[in-house]
Amino acid sequence: MTNLYILVILMALVTYIPRLLPMVFLKDMKLPPLLKVFLQFIPYSALGALIFPGILTSTGDIYSALAGGIMAVILSLAKANVMIVVVGGILGAYIVMMLT
Amino acid sequence: MNKGTEFKKGMKAAIPIGLGYVPIAIAFGILSKASDIPNTISIMLSMLVYAGASQFAGVNMMALGVTAMEIVIATFILNFRHFLMSASLSQRVDEGTSKRFLSLLSFGITDETFSLASMREEKKLNPYFLLGINTLAFLSWNAGTWLGLLLGTALPDALQNSMGIAIYCMFIGLLLPSMKKSRPVLVVAAMSMAIHALLKWIPMFAEISSGLTIIIATIGGAAIGTIFFPEGVED
Repeated sequence: MTNLYILVILMALVTYIPRLLPMVFLKDMKLPPLLKVFLQFIPYSALGALIFPGILTSTGDIYSALAGGIMAVILSLAKANVMIVVVGGILGAYIVMMLT
Repeated sequence: MNKGTEFKKGMKAAIPIGLGYVPIAIAFGILSKASDIPNTISIMLSMLVYAGASQFAGVNMMALGVTAMEIVIATFILNFRHFLMSASLSQRVDEGTSKRFLSLLSFGITDETFSLASMREEKKLNPYFLLGINTLAFLSWNAGTWLGLLLGTALPDALQNSMGIAIYCMFIGLLLPSMKKSRPVLVVAAMSMAIHALLKWIPMFAEISSGLTIIIATIGGAAIGTIFFPEGVED
């Protein structure tokens, strides 16, 4: 059992170190302009990769996932705030799940 | 603006994250319990590792008796994407934030807190605002874990399953307005989605772990953006 505690500590370390190092060391460093642009694009790129194709398997069946996803797309194109987009997406998925 | 106001603003902005985290964390607590992992270990995982997918994978591997070395390596790979996020976010935090504060903030970097913070319109982000986001996200994740461990049952199946889409909807709500506004963003996001889909769907790449596919797609999308739009995202 002690082993499990050591294991968790090691998991925590290998997770925290990559979170920590760039934040602390790149903060005040003068970066080349293209690297800055690259870093500026990271959030959009990461969001793209996080959304797709993962969303298709997020609810356990593709129809409810598509319904929720489409609902979220429509609401966010209609400039709804993020909270509404989330609740609307859950409802869309839930309704289709109930119907099928 | 003072620290307290910024902190509260951050907590409020993070409510959608909380809504997404609680059901997933409940599921994590239940899975841990079902896999005969001691409660203290599950609680420590949520408090100290604090990274959803790797906790699920970790508990699974512990239950299967995978060696500790393999679990640690898998955790490292799965969570290494935060390295990119931390690098990107480092350029947005207010100048003059102390190293100590930065190391605290970096502990709270997740896909969700990073995305929410990065999509703010402000050029520079107040550290107390970020701390507010991180705090609410962290508390929801840990409260959900406790709930899952104590109750041992999830929400009704259909509701639990439909809530699985919550985080994705938040991501859509964060990304789409920028995709509509900016052509570089549209291209970057479309490219990373395409790369990720190819890596997932082409059998030849089936061996690549999902931690790595996300990293490759993220670097790929951002690199293509940098090549075609070296001027970046105009404000």
